[in-house]
Amino acid sequence: MNQSSRASTFIMVLYLIFLLLPIYWLVNMSLKTNFEINTTVSLWPRDLTFEHYIKIFTDASWYTGYINSLTYVVLNTIISISLALPAAYAFSRYTFVGDKHLFFWLLSNRMAPPAVFALPFFNLYSAIGLFDTPWAVALAHCLFNVPLAVWILEGFMSGVPREIDETAAIDGYSFPRFFVKIFMPLIASGIGVAAFFCFMFSWVELLLARTLTATNAKPIAVTMTRTVSAAGMDWGLLAAAGVLTIIPGALVIWFVRNYIAKGFALGRV
Amino acid sequence: MTLELEKVSRAVHGVPHISDVSLRLERGSLNVLLGATLSGKTSLMRLMAGLDAPTSGRVLADGRDVTGLSVKKRSVAMVYQQFINYPALSVYENIASPLRVAGLPRAEIEARVVEAARLLKLEPYLQRRPLEMSGGQQQRCAIARALVKRADLVLLDEPLANLDYKLREELREELPRIFASTGAVFVYATTEPTEALLLGGNTATLREGALTQFGPTAGVYRHPHDLATARVFSDPPLNVLRATKAAGRVRLASGDAIAAAGAFADVPDGAYTIGVRAHHLRVEDGAAYEAPPADGAAFRLRASVSVAEITGSETFLHMVAAGEGVDAAGLIALLPGIRTYEPGAAVDVVFDPGHILLFDATGARAGRVLDVAA
Repeated sequence: MNQSSRASTFIMVLYLIFLLLPIYWLVNMSLKTNFEINTTVSLWPRDLTFEHYIKIFTDASWYTGYINSLTYVVLNTIISISLALPAAYAFSRYTFVGDKHLFFWLLSNRMAPPAVFALPFFNLYSAIGLFDTPWAVALAHCLFNVPLAVWILEGFMSGVPREIDETAAIDGYSFPRFFVKIFMPLIASGIGVAAFFCFMFSWVELLLARTLTATNAKPIAVTMTRTVSAAGMDWGLLAAAGVLTIIPGALVIWFVRNYIAKGFALGRV
Repeated sequence: MTLELEKVSRAVHGVPHISDVSLRLERGSLNVLLGATLSGKTSLMRLMAGLDAPTSGRVLADGRDVTGLSVKKRSVAMVYQQFINYPALSVYENIASPLRVAGLPRAEIEARVVEAARLLKLEPYLQRRPLEMSGGQQQRCAIARALVKRADLVLLDEPLANLDYKLREELREELPRIFASTGAVFVYATTEPTEALLLGGNTATLREGALTQFGPTAGVYRHPHDLATARVFSDPPLNVLRATKAAGRVRLASGDAIAAAGAFADVPDGAYTIGVRAHHLRVEDGAAYEAPPADGAAFRLRASVSVAEITGSETFLHMVAAGEGVDAAGLIALLPGIRTYEPGAAVDVVFDPGHILLFDATGARAGRVLDVAA
């Protein structure tokens, strides 16, 4: 190994340590007792314990937070993708009045901070009885996830030659049958990437999720902010909850890892 | 089925793509659409298929008006220049797909797919995905899908353009044979005059979205009705020269006059356009040039060589004529054997008045129609 490649290896390792340190520390903390966390600085747990994880998986006030979060995230992903598929197809295949403006306007929706929409959503959902349900958060998150999914899917769809659509029409396929049987398999990776982005953005969004829920649909991130009590901070429990919030995102990334760069380019690679 | 187009036109955003095409294609006939790129071959095919609707005019199938009928309800098969298959399905499923949609019994589908695969030599690849095959095999798969449907109208849009030479030769020979037995109206678009001649059947020549001539292929080649058709149906490009007839003599714009003979014999005095195919031009070495005989039998003009392209056993000689009156593109002669010329060398171009296509000032064929293809 020559000198320059040794140097680049060294820098790479340093960078990875820098990146992974907070995650390692979180895992480290989650496996320690609160006493150890508060009294010593230890690189690994001296007194290994799973009590925090056990508490999260057995205490309903904790695990329902995860269930609530997953519920609205999955709902949102399903709604976003099923709305975005036909919309993206229309943008990719047809020209209609104002199509380019509408397409750009969709993305510009993402430019407004979610806080702007928190108030109208709160008022509207309270009025129609959606407040404090997973549907409230799932629908609110569509505001920025549907446009994103449309953009990503449009890029992938435009990569499919129009002649395939025509050949299917000539073969006699009805549109729904063509779309499901021929077209969707061709953009499967695009659907995967779009679903991942919807999942991720919905999973990490806190402001709308907190504003639109109270007790019944309380997401995990909100539950976590409420561990601060008169008795002080339950560090270990909080760390364990943090570790568990990373896992779903990591799992989804694993499945779409090969397409993610293309997804970031909105399918336009 | 007979397919009839009645004064069909199509414009997109005010730009005419097809203008006023009338065409009658008979049952079981092989028809070639010949035209340069952007001449409207694909647009016309899409109108025939029903993928696009004409702006004006009617499309009739067996006398029945099908102008507005969706392509799904027509009996059409189409093969594109790009290899279009369903990448997610196996080759077997690709070929079977129109039959599955039509809801045929499983045994029937199996029999037809196997038969088509045998004809197109796809049997070993039935379980593969289209993208795991070579380009030629992918196109065979697309053709098999068109064949298996037994459609009344089969449209092939430059199906061999993206294939290599050997495969093209092979498939070109097989295609008409494969489809001949189906009794379908067979339409084949190509940019290559040679391909049209090899396929035979009928040829429709297209230029700028308009039909210039339609008839038996050899007839259109030998007797083009106008200059546009002759230009479209000529490879290498047609040599075009201006000439004037006066008092029994014909003078090329570049100078020499000869006695009016051949097609010129019985046309009135006036300005004409001459079309000469490359293989009818003779080239004589400039050194041997002498003053033309007073009553020379052949046209003769001076030219200088731009480039000589040698293709194995033939030489394409590109020249620029001295003087005015020759088409801007210059002259091309197809000479047998390998001939080397220095660029800029002076040569004499000679051709027989009996081997010309004569057009009047409007571009329409003039004079006695002579058989010049020999």
